[in-house]
Amino acid sequence: MNSIAKNEDLHNSAEVDSDTFEWLLRTGDNVLILSQRLSEWCGKGPVLEEDMALTNVALDLLGQTRLWLSYAAETEAQDRDEDSIAFLRDAHQFRNVLLVEQPNGDYANTLMRQFFFDSWHYFFLQSLLNSSDVRVAEIAEKSIKEVSYHLRRSGDLLVRLGDGSETSHQRMQEAADRLWTYTGELFSEDPLDQRIAARGIAALPSGLRESWTKHVTQVFQQATLKMPAADAWMQQGGKHGRHTEHLGYLLAEMQFLQRAYPGAEW
Amino acid sequence: MVRPADEQIWQWLSEVSDPEIPVISVIDLGIVRALRWTDELHCEVTITPTYSGCPAMQVITENIQQVLQSHGVQTVSVKTQLSPAWTTDWMSESGKQKMQAFGIAPPAQQASQIAKIDVSALISHASVDIPCPQCASLNTRLISQFGSTSCKALYRCTDCLEPFDYFKPH
Repeated sequence: MNSIAKNEDLHNSAEVDSDTFEWLLRTGDNVLILSQRLSEWCGKGPVLEEDMALTNVALDLLGQTRLWLSYAAETEAQDRDEDSIAFLRDAHQFRNVLLVEQPNGDYANTLMRQFFFDSWHYFFLQSLLNSSDVRVAEIAEKSIKEVSYHLRRSGDLLVRLGDGSETSHQRMQEAADRLWTYTGELFSEDPLDQRIAARGIAALPSGLRESWTKHVTQVFQQATLKMPAADAWMQQGGKHGRHTEHLGYLLAEMQFLQRAYPGAEW
Repeated sequence: MVRPADEQIWQWLSEVSDPEIPVISVIDLGIVRALRWTDELHCEVTITPTYSGCPAMQVITENIQQVLQSHGVQTVSVKTQLSPAWTTDWMSESGKQKMQAFGIAPPAQQASQIAKIDVSALISHASVDIPCPQCASLNTRLISQFGSTSCKALYRCTDCLEPFDYFKPH
């Protein structure tokens, strides 16, 4: 009897650990994939200042990726580190939301994607500051300082370009309408999110929707942009490994070196 | 070798300069948080990263080890600590002066006084005057929110017309 109870305990604790691992992948993959997308602009920005800004944001996100994925690797306690997690998984094993893997498109599209993500990222990290997992709270405390700067910048640019020329306004509106369908997934939740929330590690994703919507609405108003319909159809699947075709191409570029020259070091 | 006093170690650490801003040390930057002897021969230095993606951290770690070892400390390990998160408020006054003389405007605000937790502060921004490090004029203008590194923004003085880096309050 005792041994059965013990086995159950073991089983439960293994599940608990795999929950944390999975949740850390979701969190780390979001910043990893967006960082990779932004770095595609390196050397191609519309002006030098924007080129530097995007690559600096990409660098911040990459630093945050290392914090999340190295923690994930420790949780998993297998023979993987943050590099092998990033470079040796295939598309269906990635857990990022669909929004961050969307192609850069024109500059309006890149900025709108960034603004939608930064707004969510900010409230997400804020909700982690009191996480029951001390390591999670520490990473959030470090990251939110960087992300508040990202959000200030993307909000500023949204207003400047939305309330800018006829062309810039039109492009920003088109970008908002195009990307809107990928915003719902940020707030979608499944049993894993519920178990993570029950343990006090993170808030329920749905709980962030109100603050996000309020902030986005306020900036859209200043930017003279029209908010897309709240009840629009929302795409999802990224959190469960069902991605748009774009992710495969992104990984082909990001992972090339480690795939072609396994174990290569800098 | 006799174990050096902690004050001596701190003194030696002030010889470790920032790889991007060579006139200031890791002590000026406020990134060294603690010293600990794990045994008679092994000194552990705890540092905190400035920005999570800052590529200088690796170089700083190596330089700390190198400088302390050159003074005879046998084994040096460098530990990274995330919390409390680094802030420019920990920069020393002399470090800020050296930075200014080097041509980089130091943070003009206490980071702790910039509300980060209130999102409305991220929409409306109170403008702060950043004095030009060359001519001290307050007629300066933000050119770019990011400069040559994550920790800096790019400004230009509208009087002497020189562009300059501004170390952002963080």
